[in-house]
Amino acid sequence: MAELLKAEGTIDAPADVSHDGVRRRDFINIAAVSFAGVGGIAVLVPLISQMSASADVLAESSTEIDISAIGAGQAIKAIWRKQPVFVRNLTPVEIAEADKVDPKTLRDPQTLEQRTMPGKTNWLITMGVCTHLGCVPLGAGQGEVKGEFGGYFCPCHGSVYDTAARIRKGPAPKNLEVPPYKFTSDTVVQIG
Amino acid sequence: MSFPWANQYKPKNPLMVYLDQKLPLPRFVYNAIGGGYPVPRNLNYAWNFGVLAGFCLVLQIVTGVILAMHYAANSMIAFDSVEHIMRDVNWGWMLRYAHANGASAFFVVVYIHIFRGFFYSSYKAPREMIWLLGVVIFLLMMATAFMGYVLPWGQMSFWGAKVITGLFSAIPLVGEPLQQWLLGGFAPDNAALNRFFSLHFLLPFVIAAVIILHIWALHIPGSSNPTGVEIKTESDTVPFHPYYTAKDGFGLGVFLLIYCTFVFFLPNQLGHPDNYIPANAMSTPAHIVPEWYFWPFYAILRSFTVDFLFIPAKLMGVLAMFSAILVWFFLPWLDTSPVRSGHYRPLFRKFWYLLVIDTLILGYCGGSPAETKYVLISQIAASYYFLHFLVILPVVSSIEKPLPLPFSITEAVLGTDAVTA
Repeated sequence: MAELLKAEGTIDAPADVSHDGVRRRDFINIAAVSFAGVGGIAVLVPLISQMSASADVLAESSTEIDISAIGAGQAIKAIWRKQPVFVRNLTPVEIAEADKVDPKTLRDPQTLEQRTMPGKTNWLITMGVCTHLGCVPLGAGQGEVKGEFGGYFCPCHGSVYDTAARIRKGPAPKNLEVPPYKFTSDTVVQIG
Repeated sequence: MSFPWANQYKPKNPLMVYLDQKLPLPRFVYNAIGGGYPVPRNLNYAWNFGVLAGFCLVLQIVTGVILAMHYAANSMIAFDSVEHIMRDVNWGWMLRYAHANGASAFFVVVYIHIFRGFFYSSYKAPREMIWLLGVVIFLLMMATAFMGYVLPWGQMSFWGAKVITGLFSAIPLVGEPLQQWLLGGFAPDNAALNRFFSLHFLLPFVIAAVIILHIWALHIPGSSNPTGVEIKTESDTVPFHPYYTAKDGFGLGVFLLIYCTFVFFLPNQLGHPDNYIPANAMSTPAHIVPEWYFWPFYAILRSFTVDFLFIPAKLMGVLAMFSAILVWFFLPWLDTSPVRSGHYRPLFRKFWYLLVIDTLILGYCGGSPAETKYVLISQIAASYYFLHFLVILPVVSSIEKPLPLPFSITEAVLGTDAVTA
């Protein structure tokens, strides 16, 4: 370093030190490296964000479902965001069973009313994605096991959901997620 | 590194003399794995597995690059392209079976290599850096193997991708966005398949680079040996070539016999029939398990069924699973005994056997359905696993009275350290 300093200052042209002690060369060095550093970091933005969901994936994020053919006690699997959605027409017995439970005793306390639309409590619309590690629970298809609480049962790691698709037993931390949806008419539901 | 008595590279062929002056690559190889590398004379067959692991990597890269010439990384045709390889491509069935079973063989070899390291305390000073780099290689291998398993786009591929990326959703706050970022969508799809293919192609070359560092670090202190006593004189060593190239060559022959038995006679023994069903996002296979080499860690993941304090069970499982490997990074400082080899550590040796059994039990439970009894056994075995590294190793190191060590490697081999021997 000492040699470097000597090399920079000569008798004809003394080392360029301004009155506040900052050498011109140090200033240029720090400014150039900082500028290149900011530029380098800025390049990371496209490199990282290219990994996120692309426009076509996001564009498929709304689905319309005709629910007129689903009788009481029946359920269907629809597809939204390439994932299964369970649309279930609850029977009065199943609704009563869900209302019987004190939500305070649940792992993820919610009532059936909070998980459905007002006046349409019989339409239970949830993601068919177990909140544990993402398997598709059984119980929506004809003849599938519904588990001991009459809702859904995930065969992967044994999570059991009740008739309001609330987690009752097993490793899953949350109730089956209710996707954003609205009734566009009495028989058509738009998800997303 | 070189011991002063190491053979010098002396090319005779004029072309090699010329090359040595311009680019001394042959000299580098000679000093790394040739006659110029003095190795302890007493290495047993447990020391074959480093070379075997290197062979497996080459095998996987060669078969993998060829498979990539015929495979199509698109979710619409990936499954069909694998069937095209199996049915239409000349020798495609053999290359694919060689690659799929090559992954299993790679893990068998590496697990033996790692447990050799545990028994002979190969992680101890002055070889900590070799060990740390080895753990990095193992982590890279796990990532590569996982992404490779996704590529055929069968049911197990798809749901494996979903569950494993689902692990990241356990992380508080950033978990869900992170999972979506990793997948490039809300569930595994074309974006995920394409990036997994890209990374599956890249990572083996990263592994190769870290292996070069691993061997570079190895050549500074030189190879360890079954007595754990360091090299003192020339009589303790023999040149790597021809002594260990021959011994490794024999080991390679035995390895190939077993490997070829699987490739040609039991090619699907280690796979899952469900992966011959095309990926279906609407239906999860009844019994999803990862490939066998992940079972011990999968068992640890599943052994957390209740929330622990404020940490949800799901997050605990994920943390424990990663910790099961990360704890290896601390091994050089958890085992404080000055003696390396398990042969001279009677108490340590017993716990080593227990660790092997414990890991096998974890593996068995990880491959079994998530039933109460297997989960209970996993919980006990997982507790013991962490107990071994965090409590037993430090305690054993401090209370154990090791057996007397031989004066030198030569004495251990010949019973006398006379230089004339």
